[in-house]
Amino acid sequence: MPHHIILKLFATLRSYIPPQADHFAIAPGTTVADVIRDLNIPEKDAKLIFINSVRKDRDTLLQDGDRLGIFPPVGGG
Amino acid sequence: MARPHIRDQLTLRSVERQRPDGSAYRSLSSTVVQQLARDYDQSLRRVEQRALAMAIIPERYIRNVATLSPEEQHRLLDCSVCVVGVGGLGGSVAEMLARIGVGRLRLVDGDRFEESNLNRQRFADTTSLDKPKAQIAREAIAAINPAVEVTALTEYLTTDNGPAIIGDADIAIDCLDSLPARLSLQTACRRKQIPMVSAAVAGMSGQITVFYPEDEGLAALYGDLSAAADRGAETTLGNLPFAVTMLASLECSEAVKILLGRRQTLRGRLLIFDLTDLTFDIVQLAE
Repeated sequence: MPHHIILKLFATLRSYIPPQADHFAIAPGTTVADVIRDLNIPEKDAKLIFINSVRKDRDTLLQDGDRLGIFPPVGGG
Repeated sequence: MARPHIRDQLTLRSVERQRPDGSAYRSLSSTVVQQLARDYDQSLRRVEQRALAMAIIPERYIRNVATLSPEEQHRLLDCSVCVVGVGGLGGSVAEMLARIGVGRLRLVDGDRFEESNLNRQRFADTTSLDKPKAQIAREAIAAINPAVEVTALTEYLTTDNGPAIIGDADIAIDCLDSLPARLSLQTACRRKQIPMVSAAVAGMSGQITVFYPEDEGLAALYGDLSAAADRGAETTLGNLPFAVTMLASLECSEAVKILLGRRQTLRGRLLIFDLTDLTFDIVQLAE
């Protein structure tokens, strides 16, 4: 039985948004790093990771119903 | 004959007016502020403060009241803010802080306006190209609110000159466009023990937070700073004017709350948005 997460990718990472990002299926035991790798998101661009609006690191285990956001480094002004 | 005290002049030359909700207040026009400043050899800022101390509102600030009390308006006129970078974020930040009545601004930028700035930078126009950003902003602000004392510093902030550039500022606003420059500003703010409002934009998305000297700071956003790139997604996406101006507004709102000692700032939290799909989120930076 797969888990589902809501996946939000920001700015330049939008080009990696998979189909059904709002109901994205993952296997139980999947970490943030697994998602980043599976979607071919460059490591250096997955800078700011947050789950349910709290900053987390990429080793965090994802739970069913989590809302995962990944933000690249931005620096413009 | 002894000259009347300025207090009597303020009472005499202010007029009763009504706010749109019908409530009455005593109003002082900018013409009278200028005359009293000249007659009593005082700065415009000082005359405005004397009026506010008597609950007489300089008409230029009436739409700030009652969201700001006369006492808070008085206090803002005492404050000094260092705006570091006077491009997209910094131009709009400087304008808004002058309009709301922050009394002293230090505008820092070693750059000059160029054509690629015209899509978003408040003081970039066809007459200001090739001219120093900080200087042009100072001149424009003199026409917007001459009571604000503006120091234009036409140099880049570095780790060496940072503390001197910040001077007596109560707070610094990061309106920069590269990570090394932001790090220099953070170092300077820590040495001067002042808070820093920090924002960055890329395309239609952006982020903003508030750091105090003892906080984790930029590392919370960019990870290992020695390994981080100098620039980010904006090198691909550019910077759209509404995203930049929105962040500038948020920076001013945070700065004013901090200056007035109000709670509920973004300290320890990061507001991020992406206008592409209207995602707004406030992320807790530490558990």
